[in-house]
Amino acid sequence: MADTSAKQVLFGPIFSNNPIALQILGICSALAVTTSLNVTIVMCISVIAVTAFSNLAVSLVRTQIPNSIRIIVQMTIIASLVIVVDQVLKAYAYEISKQLSVFVGLIITNCIVMGRAEGFAMKNGPALSFLDGIGNGLGYSVMLLFIAFFRELLGAGSLFGITLLPTINEGGWYVPNGLLLLPPSAFFIIGLAIWGLRAWKPDQVEEADYKMSRHKAKEAF
Amino acid sequence: MEHYISLILKAVFVENMALAFFLGMCTFLAISKKIEAAVGLGIAVIVVLTLTVPANNLIYNNLLREGALDWAGYPNIDLSFLGLLTYIGVIAAIVQIMEMVLDKYIPALYSALGVFLPLITVNCAIMGASLFMVERDYTFGESVVYGFGAGLGWALAIVALAGIREKLKYSDVPEGLRGLGITFITVGLMSLGFMSFSGISL
Repeated sequence: MADTSAKQVLFGPIFSNNPIALQILGICSALAVTTSLNVTIVMCISVIAVTAFSNLAVSLVRTQIPNSIRIIVQMTIIASLVIVVDQVLKAYAYEISKQLSVFVGLIITNCIVMGRAEGFAMKNGPALSFLDGIGNGLGYSVMLLFIAFFRELLGAGSLFGITLLPTINEGGWYVPNGLLLLPPSAFFIIGLAIWGLRAWKPDQVEEADYKMSRHKAKEAF
Repeated sequence: MEHYISLILKAVFVENMALAFFLGMCTFLAISKKIEAAVGLGIAVIVVLTLTVPANNLIYNNLLREGALDWAGYPNIDLSFLGLLTYIGVIAAIVQIMEMVLDKYIPALYSALGVFLPLITVNCAIMGASLFMVERDYTFGESVVYGFGAGLGWALAIVALAGIREKLKYSDVPEGLRGLGITFITVGLMSLGFMSFSGISL
């Protein structure tokens, strides 16, 4: 990243350098926790908090860490923060923390947190790193909320648990699409979202590994 | 015995780490361009899972769980909040030890696995399996079998995806969907296939 102005650092990851769509980071949780918006939002807030504070902490001690054990040091910082988040959720939002089950713990191995600590916080000052953490957390959240919006609306006919499209089972008219509550739909939605994002920002399109040669005129006969 | 066989089948097919729980997705998508690489990574994951899940099981049952420190004379201590930190430490340590042992005694395998070994530390499938083990209260024997089964399922999924991707590169994919986009949709279809196992109750 050549341009490290605060604005670029904060807003860049949301669309132009999205952690999920472009950097392939943190996909595991993106798929598993997106069946309802309530759960998704709690997950997003947790991830933003962990990314921002781990970036801050790693950046503060970055000159003290010996290079050979930096991964372990980062892991320890991240794991401690995740324990704090886990305990807070258990205390104040027990229902939701039950639904998130192991995925709060898995924030530790969420590659966004690790990747940003290693890739950005080790090289930049505390203030910028903190912003970078929030920015990447937001980029992740935008993608997650987008997926959860479609999955909950079309799969269960509701948003935030409030019914918008009354389903047939409850005497309404909407036939819910059960596939959207199942795991595979998350893959399809992310795939299509990436397609949409790349149609909008064509510079993200990947080079083809293999180009088809053009048809020669003779073959047509 | 029958109990263990059904546990293994459940871990491989019904609750496939990659395709039903989306664990280990980052490496799953990043290292599935070539079959050889996928096989190497798959084997490494199986080995690491078979070692770490039982190790974490022992630590949880004998040190962390509420009342587990009874043998040391502290029956009222509940250290389970330290779980996350401990599991990740154990995983990192085991991966590191395995790297050194392989380097010294089986250099051929070591060079074949190459960069994948350290990558495994941050593979969520490993951490996820340990957390599931705690959540479901597996005994030591069950945890060995579960670790192996979960690893096998993950390896199977990544090798299958690599096979599909090797063929897929010759197809004419719409521009914006090329690369990552089409891979997601492929994985979605595979996961749909694995959904058919979900009706089986063992």
